[in-house]
Amino acid sequence: MKIQFQLNGRTVCPEIEADMLLLDLVRKLGCLSVKRGCETSNCGLCTVLMDGTPVLSCSVLAARAEGRKITTLEGMGEEAEEAGRFLAQEGGEQCGYCSPGFLMNVLAMEKELDHPSEEEIKEYLAGNLCRCSGYMSQLRAVKKYLNRKEETADAGSR
Amino acid sequence: MQAVGSWRGPAKGDQKEREYNQKALADHHGKYVGAAIMKKDAMSLVTGKPVYTDDLAPKDCLVVKVLRSPHAHAVIQSIDCSNAEKVPGIECILTWKDVPQKRFTMAGQTYPEPSPYDRLILDQRVRFVGDAVAIVAGETEEAVDHALRLIRVKYQVLEALLDFRKAKDSYILIHPEENWKSLVPVGADNSRNLCASDCDQQGNVDEVLKSCAHVVEQSYHVKANQQAMMETFRAYSYLDAYGRLNMVASTQVPFHVRRILAHALDIPKSKVRVIKPRIGGGFGAKQTVVAEVYPAIVTWMTGKPAEMIYSRYESQIASSPRHEMEVTVRVGADENGILQAIDVYTLSNTGAYGEHGPTTVGLSGHKSIPLYRTKAYRFAYDVVYTNRMSAGAYRGYGATQGIFAVESAINELADQMHMDPVVLRERNMVRQGDVMPAYYGETALSCTLDKCMARAAEMIGWKDKFPCRDMGNGKVRGVGVAMAMQGSSISNVDVGSVSMKINDDGFYTLMVGCSDMGTGCDTILAQIAADCMDCDIDDIVVYGTDTDISPYDSGSYASSTTYLTGMAVVKTCENLRKQIISKAAKYLECSEEELEFDGRRVFQIGSGKEITLKDIGNRIMCQNEDALSACESHYSPTSPPPYMTGMAEVEVDMETGEVELIDYVAVVDCGTVVNPNLARVQTEGGIGQGIGMALYEDVTYSDTGRVYENSFMQYKIPTRQDVGTVRVEFEPSFEPNGPFGAKSIGEIVINTPSPAIASAVYHAAGVRIRELPITAEKICRGMYPEKFGRKE
Repeated sequence: MKIQFQLNGRTVCPEIEADMLLLDLVRKLGCLSVKRGCETSNCGLCTVLMDGTPVLSCSVLAARAEGRKITTLEGMGEEAEEAGRFLAQEGGEQCGYCSPGFLMNVLAMEKELDHPSEEEIKEYLAGNLCRCSGYMSQLRAVKKYLNRKEETADAGSR
Repeated sequence: MQAVGSWRGPAKGDQKEREYNQKALADHHGKYVGAAIMKKDAMSLVTGKPVYTDDLAPKDCLVVKVLRSPHAHAVIQSIDCSNAEKVPGIECILTWKDVPQKRFTMAGQTYPEPSPYDRLILDQRVRFVGDAVAIVAGETEEAVDHALRLIRVKYQVLEALLDFRKAKDSYILIHPEENWKSLVPVGADNSRNLCASDCDQQGNVDEVLKSCAHVVEQSYHVKANQQAMMETFRAYSYLDAYGRLNMVASTQVPFHVRRILAHALDIPKSKVRVIKPRIGGGFGAKQTVVAEVYPAIVTWMTGKPAEMIYSRYESQIASSPRHEMEVTVRVGADENGILQAIDVYTLSNTGAYGEHGPTTVGLSGHKSIPLYRTKAYRFAYDVVYTNRMSAGAYRGYGATQGIFAVESAINELADQMHMDPVVLRERNMVRQGDVMPAYYGETALSCTLDKCMARAAEMIGWKDKFPCRDMGNGKVRGVGVAMAMQGSSISNVDVGSVSMKINDDGFYTLMVGCSDMGTGCDTILAQIAADCMDCDIDDIVVYGTDTDISPYDSGSYASSTTYLTGMAVVKTCENLRKQIISKAAKYLECSEEELEFDGRRVFQIGSGKEITLKDIGNRIMCQNEDALSACESHYSPTSPPPYMTGMAEVEVDMETGEVELIDYVAVVDCGTVVNPNLARVQTEGGIGQGIGMALYEDVTYSDTGRVYENSFMQYKIPTRQDVGTVRVEFEPSFEPNGPFGAKSIGEIVINTPSPAIASAVYHAAGVRIRELPITAEKICRGMYPEKFGRKE
């Protein structure tokens, strides 16, 4: 079947099989930041935004994208780069394989939660597994990223 | 289809990365070694660039999958592929009759490998549930899956040997075949199910233990664990213009892969090239050639590109997990708490094949016993075959298992003597300058373990918290301690090499043969090179790894890269500096002795005569006979141990036995810290994995030999809500044999959580857990044995 949806701001009309997963479709369309880490919806590597809400693309049929807006890390532009830089400055990306899915959720969290506490951050991002970092560097990076505007403001008012 | 996520080129914030690195450099007095530089590939990784194996695979790769045995032990009587072959799009189906009959090992080790040659790509005998029965290659995944279902196999099912305690000299033989071969004298004997066996001792352990006022004798059971790197095993292959087999693989050991593929396919090594792109984690799993042989043989037989991607399911049931070990420890001390002797016997389960079997076991004693000064020690072991999935290399590599046992025994000894385990350790731990008889007689030339202990105790507030505090709400908090050591490379075996050349405008290319798998070694080696050449780190381009181009390097394992390959960088830079001065002397028409090189220019002292590196780089491209490139190798006659102390505070629910990890502190002596950010994340990450091993992760089998934990649903690796707070500091020593005083850090950091948490649980709940993982159920059974009938 043929479907039509917005992928990273561009309209695409791919031909798909009824049982195709969104993960496989976006990779086929060149969004290779989206990774598969498991088959049981546990790892969070394949996180993309569907109409702005994070979803596991391994658990969404490609057909469900019909008429929707799908965003991958490739479509997050400067925003992704800025958040990613905070992670990189902590050395928290390590192998980097979980970074795209993780960052997608960090960016979604920023929009969804106002000044989240440490526990709220951990809870929101609990579905993003990482085997390299032990999570501490990611936490440091997220906190600094979320505080970046305040810190800039603080620096300006001095 | 149109591409929507196309390559966007380098991150636009290049300037910002540069500013960050300049600040990190300035914070460290202008030296790269010791500065918290960002990883060279960091921005590519965090912006999701297509740099991993599957991202790079040609679109027309055949999909390769393996039909796996449903039986733990069986002989294949017949395989009928006639229906499967008719599925449209199927390219080939291979069975044991189609593959070379020379045995090899999948272990990525220096040749001749200590691991026995006990593998065929496909064998008539299958030895675990999940063992390969047939290889299917086709145009689409759907076709291959369909074909897999249509293959009809008749098995003669044999009795399986699942209990490793019954394996030695069992009537069930895992490897009765005549062409089984052990290349190295490791005590292997396939007629006894022995993959390795040995005994090493000094002094009369039995006599010394008899004279001890206090003795602990216990067995500790460390289960198999999965590395569970986020990127599963994968590789693709194709034939190049010269008809050679090119293999792009997510591997830690490209050169070993080349050799192993040549052995497995029985083709000349000159016909194989291996390339390592970015890797999504390894932790030792990718020190075994788990996936590579399957696409390789498909490409070699069909001439077509082929790719194999392990599912998470396959990565859980047919891979290379940690060796299950049962370690029996006897440790004795006099009435003052001075240790007299340690006796360790390890029984290790290598599973169906012997990958890393003979070597991992060695570390269970050689990297646990030397933590203490004793009069006598003994270390004996057997490594046995069973009908379980083959074990392999996993961060810590046997040291983790041995340290859980020995450190737990020391903790039990302290409790038995009513002595603070920190004090007991302070009286007995290895100190700088000590000769370590159980560590091949090496001397601890760099060791700040005493400082690590003192600082860790301070950080966690040991004096106030030991042994436990009743929180008054049905919960008790306890603290526990453990020490660890590891090595830095395999002494007298492993080789690290780099080559470096000068290009136009005077930038350098550093070609490395080791494998950055997320650890950041490409960056670490560039930091070392930048300091050696007095240049900007951006002037050093790192390229790795391609067996056609990179100089030979054993690979990234055994905690070797910073220490060993780092030293190769130092030597290579020394060589190249000499060449630069020599070339400048020719251009400036003066003698080399009068010249100095400051990284930017070569100048004659006093005269003002000079030539810039940029000019040298450009001039050598015309009318020149000096290549201005250097390549040096390094091996080390010693393997200097890093040391560390870990301390855990846990809270145990006295009703349910539930454990919460409250706080974990670690202080590490890895010699000079080359990059504080990367060393810290290595430590935090290793501790995170160690926490998983201590509290959650287990590989268990049904009585027919089927793995229960076959997905992330069952195999629980820690989430960010499970690790509590992990705090890390360093107590750097200076290792005279390491580059800029550095030792290793990659593996040691996984070793302390299990024994420290087990001891903390004992102090809180009074229950000894000697079999990992430490679950609420085990604790509850221990607290209330009358309710459960028996004490675990």
